[in-house]
Amino acid sequence: MWGFNITKTRAIDFDKNNREPMMEILRLEPSIRVCIACGACTATCTSGNLTPFNIRQLNVFMQRGEYQELKKEMHKCMLCGKCTLVCPRGVNLRHLILKTREVLLNEEPLFAQN
Amino acid sequence: MTMKTIAIIGAGPAGMEASGSLARLGYHVVLIEKEATVGGHLKNLFQLFPDRRPGKEILTHLVQTIKHPGIQIKVNSEVSEVQKLDNSFALKINEETMNADAVLVTTGFDLYDATEKEEYGYGIYPNVITSADLEQMFHNGKVVTEEGKTPKRVAFIHCVGSRDEKAGNNYCSKVCCVTAVKQAIEIKELLPETEVFCYYMDIRMFGPYYEELYREAQEKWGVMFIRGKLSEASQNMDGSILMKAEDTLAGKPLRMNTDLMVLMAGMVPSASSKKVAQQFKMEEGQNRFFKSADNHYRYNESQQMGVFIAGACVAPMNITDTIANARAAAVKIDEYLKN
Amino acid sequence: MQPNYFDPFVLPFTLSMFALLTFLVFKYGSWIYRFGASDRKKVFKGFFSRNSWLAMKEIFMEGLLHRKIFKTNRRLGYMHMSLAFGWFLLIVVGAIEAHTFAKGSSPFYFPIFFRFFVPGTHESFFSDGFTQLMDLLLLFVLSGLFLAVLKRFKSVWVGQTKTSRKKPIDRVVLTSLWLIFPLRLLAESFTSGIHHSGGFLTGSLGTFFGVFLPINQLAYPAWWAYSLALGFFFIGLPFTRYMHIPTEMVLIFFRNWGIKLGVDNPVLMEVEINSCPKCGICIDTCQLSSMAGIHNTQSVYFIQKLRYHEDYNQVAESCLMCGRCEAVCPVAIDLNSIRLMHRADVSATREENFGFIPVQTRTADVIYFAGCMTHLTPTIKNSMVKILNASGDKYWFFDKEQGACCGRPLKLAGQLEAARELVERNRQMMMESGARMLVASCPICYKTFAEDYHLGMEVLHHSQYLERLMANKQISVEKLEVSAVYHDPCELGRGSGIYESPRAVVQNVAKLKSSVYQKENALCCGGSIAHLTLPLEKKKQIARETLRLLTVEHPQVIATGCPLCKKSFTGESGTKIMDIAELVAKALVAKPVREAAKQQKEPVYL
Ligand SMILES: Cc1cc2nc3c(=O)[nH]c(=O)nc-3n(C[C@H](O)[C@H](O)[C@H](O)COP(=O)(O)OP(=O)(O)OC[C@H]3O[C@@H](n4cnc5c(N)ncnc54)[C@H](O)[C@@H]3O)c2cc1C
Ligand code: SF4
Ligand code: SF4
Ligand code: SF4
Ligand code: SF4
Ligand code: SF4
Ligand code: SF4
Repeated sequence: MWGFNITKTRAIDFDKNNREPMMEILRLEPSIRVCIACGACTATCTSGNLTPFNIRQLNVFMQRGEYQELKKEMHKCMLCGKCTLVCPRGVNLRHLILKTREVLLNEEPLFAQN
Repeated sequence: MTMKTIAIIGAGPAGMEASGSLARLGYHVVLIEKEATVGGHLKNLFQLFPDRRPGKEILTHLVQTIKHPGIQIKVNSEVSEVQKLDNSFALKINEETMNADAVLVTTGFDLYDATEKEEYGYGIYPNVITSADLEQMFHNGKVVTEEGKTPKRVAFIHCVGSRDEKAGNNYCSKVCCVTAVKQAIEIKELLPETEVFCYYMDIRMFGPYYEELYREAQEKWGVMFIRGKLSEASQNMDGSILMKAEDTLAGKPLRMNTDLMVLMAGMVPSASSKKVAQQFKMEEGQNRFFKSADNHYRYNESQQMGVFIAGACVAPMNITDTIANARAAAVKIDEYLKN
Repeated sequence: MQPNYFDPFVLPFTLSMFALLTFLVFKYGSWIYRFGASDRKKVFKGFFSRNSWLAMKEIFMEGLLHRKIFKTNRRLGYMHMSLAFGWFLLIVVGAIEAHTFAKGSSPFYFPIFFRFFVPGTHESFFSDGFTQLMDLLLLFVLSGLFLAVLKRFKSVWVGQTKTSRKKPIDRVVLTSLWLIFPLRLLAESFTSGIHHSGGFLTGSLGTFFGVFLPINQLAYPAWWAYSLALGFFFIGLPFTRYMHIPTEMVLIFFRNWGIKLGVDNPVLMEVEINSCPKCGICIDTCQLSSMAGIHNTQSVYFIQKLRYHEDYNQVAESCLMCGRCEAVCPVAIDLNSIRLMHRADVSATREENFGFIPVQTRTADVIYFAGCMTHLTPTIKNSMVKILNASGDKYWFFDKEQGACCGRPLKLAGQLEAARELVERNRQMMMESGARMLVASCPICYKTFAEDYHLGMEVLHHSQYLERLMANKQISVEKLEVSAVYHDPCELGRGSGIYESPRAVVQNVAKLKSSVYQKENALCCGGSIAHLTLPLEKKKQIARETLRLLTVEHPQVIATGCPLCKKSFTGESGTKIMDIAELVAKALVAKPVREAAKQQKEPVYL
């Protein structure tokens, strides 16, 4: 049918987005709260070196309740730990990625609407 | 009434300014400096932000201040022993003992040892230098790479060893953002053809005319600002440096070659401050700088009665604040000794 | 005619013994049944093999004599040995005594209650000797028991700082265990007192008790109490840690028959879990408890959580996998592997995750793999390049532009599926190069290359490679004027058993100082990527404390063989931290240019 395609809005709709998974991820690994978005993690990232995979940006999306990208991309991480080693704020990114996967994989039905 | 004696440890801007103030208030001051000359870090500064006046001018002014009959200057000297008496301290300096009714500690800061951030390559790649090294180049009037060439590109890296939990320093060193901007402009003046970049996490322009300087760097000098922290650097065959960072505003990793990479090494509490802290049983704050008795009201008092603190040994600060701080300490000491 | 050796008081013991044996037969049978086909085959093949004898020998040495506990802690060793070996001898010697007396068949409980049924002195062969011997053995057991009681109340007395926490059911069964031997002593003493028999212990005690106690009335209840204590103990045993006593023996058989844990043998894992006696040795060696103030995650607690099906997720993630506990565990439980098995695998299975890794190959003799971490410690990388260039070997710097990770970090995080994919991709490229040797600078990578890649080429850590280069005179070095202590990285030392090569390298280029904390007893730097949740501050705490212990001899340099160790130590250390590759690169004597050129007929890939 024409005319009824649902086009996703381009803005981040913070009110409508489902923030439950994000709250759960932040509960399991709160250290991402102190991220200052310096990008050192993305710059050093072993996977990001080989493919467009931006761990910093994905984590921003996650904290805004946007998971589409994250779900597609999160398995590209090799958990090598370089990001965690260079982070000036001591964010435990490796654990964060693990917990993100855990939450988004295991509890998917729960958070179905996003 | 006998003249009271004040020992001031460290003859940087803070120690010098406080000496002058206290001498003018009529005290006998013994100014103790471990180096051969006075001036502290100011000695090494070519031009000062924000107005670009020569560092030498301020230094000359400070040297004038301490040319006072009430001030006894002891260079190449350190306090080796401290004994707390009832209302004073017995200090041993160069095998001599002196009595001080009050002590002002102005031991300043050290530059962060950038070799600790091995991934940045300081001490490994010759074309990675610190802001202090660059300041030295300005003194010599010549900015060249290790190979003796004029750099076509210079990159400044902000926050090296500051705001970095891995380096153990969570605080902001305050002066390095504006120093980077100042040095960027100096490069452009010296080498107009050279491209200059600043890699920053946040630009902190806290003082009067600092923001204006930042704007000038963009507007007049075309300095480029990239928001991203350097993750690592390596050396190319020709000695230039390959930098890796994320351009966080573009949301993409960024690679860039540069002929000279300048690390804005931050301020850390000086190693000799630590020694002084032990001698006088002074407390350190969480950031390892000296802890004030009160952050607002008794900023220049240490936790130890009769021992005062001023300047960059209390927290990272610029020269303007250091001088104001030193004077404030002088007033406090005066009040203390009159009681 | 056989006298009737029966009295109702033997029932608690006898019935519970039957119940226990039935339970064990079912339990062990079900384990064997649940084993995979290949393991089951090993059981049946192993049963009649020579390995069963080896197993019995091992049971004797470890299960009874507790040789390994002796090694780490004498007093604790004596405690365990006197209880286990003493009890064993009591049973064996008791059985011989009873059989010599009965000269034929008797009920199986007969030896246990021998003194009750044969209270007086008698004339059978060596009867006096047996009586004295049995008293001696009882005393032996009681001495161990005494230590155990002490340990319960003040663990430092047996040389341990902390003891493991116990569950209520453990406490009930523990009490009955403690009561068994004192009750036996009382029962035998009372009976001996009445009949003026008994050895140096029971006899004299009996006489002594007889002076002020109505031993005639007390003897029979004492035998009841003894039998009841035994009964409680046997019935409670399967539900408590004492299950380890029989299970440990079974485990030793399984192991000798060649059954291994690997990372996916849940049945053997269950056997191992049930074999832990909660000796608590793993608590003291864990740096998380001694240096970081984390007291809930040590192996004994983790195993306990698994055994009682408690929530283990957090604890599974909180471990450096340094292997210090595994190295001292007297039962040799595969503690690291068990921990790994319990880290949730959330790698999306059967999906191509790493398709983006570019395939690149080159021909070379030697592949050099620096590793991700090494890219953050460029001095190590540069030193290796310098050495490789000097070696004349035709090499390929596999991850010069940073290739993929080796896969071990994924494995250490429990992401086995994803790790396998990564391993396979790297492996392909390595195999195609036709190289004869792979050299890795990172012990984490080295371990996985050596164990999981099956490359069919030699895999060396750079310490081994450097040792060889020097031995072959491929490079020459001049000894530096520095003293160095060598810090064993966990993955290289305990993890891969490489202790000597790095030391040989250091010895060639510097003065090697020794340390108490070396080889098997080396400490972890705190930076291990295996710990998934340790906050930075705690990592630093561990690094600082480790550095303090490493530098008591004031070395000028701390040498190590791992980029991650170097990273964790730097910034916390007043002593210079150097990788052995850096030391060698520094000590390298440049060869005359022409000679070097001659050796490098082929172009060197960089
Ligand atoms: C790269 C760089 C550029 C800068 N540029 C500017 C600028 O342009 N404008 C500006 O306003 N500020 C600038 N600053 C800041 C400025 O350097 C400080 O504000 C100032 O130096 C602080 O003075 P101070 O006396 O407290 O400490 P210091 O300058 O550190 O002086 C301390 C003195 O104490 C001595 N001392 C230490 N311990 C002992 C001891 N135990 N016994 C005896 N003597 C001891 C030391 O030798 C030294 O002489 C810059 C800083 C840096 C790092
Ligand atoms: S752990 Fe993952 S996100 Fe972090 S650097 Fe490695 S590949 Fe990138
Ligand atoms: S390195 Fe740390 S602080 Fe910087 S963007 Fe990544 S997570 Fe945030
Ligand atoms: S002043 Fe700027 S460069 Fe210096 S530490 Fe603060 S933010 Fe970083
Ligand atoms: S795991 Fe090993 S060391 Fe720890 S309590 Fe059990 S048997 Fe003892
Ligand atoms: S492996 Fe290391 S960190 Fe983990 S429990 Fe054992 S001793 Fe502790
Ligand atoms: S094991 Fe560690 S150092 Fe080695 S390649 Fe993988 S992430 Fe890098």
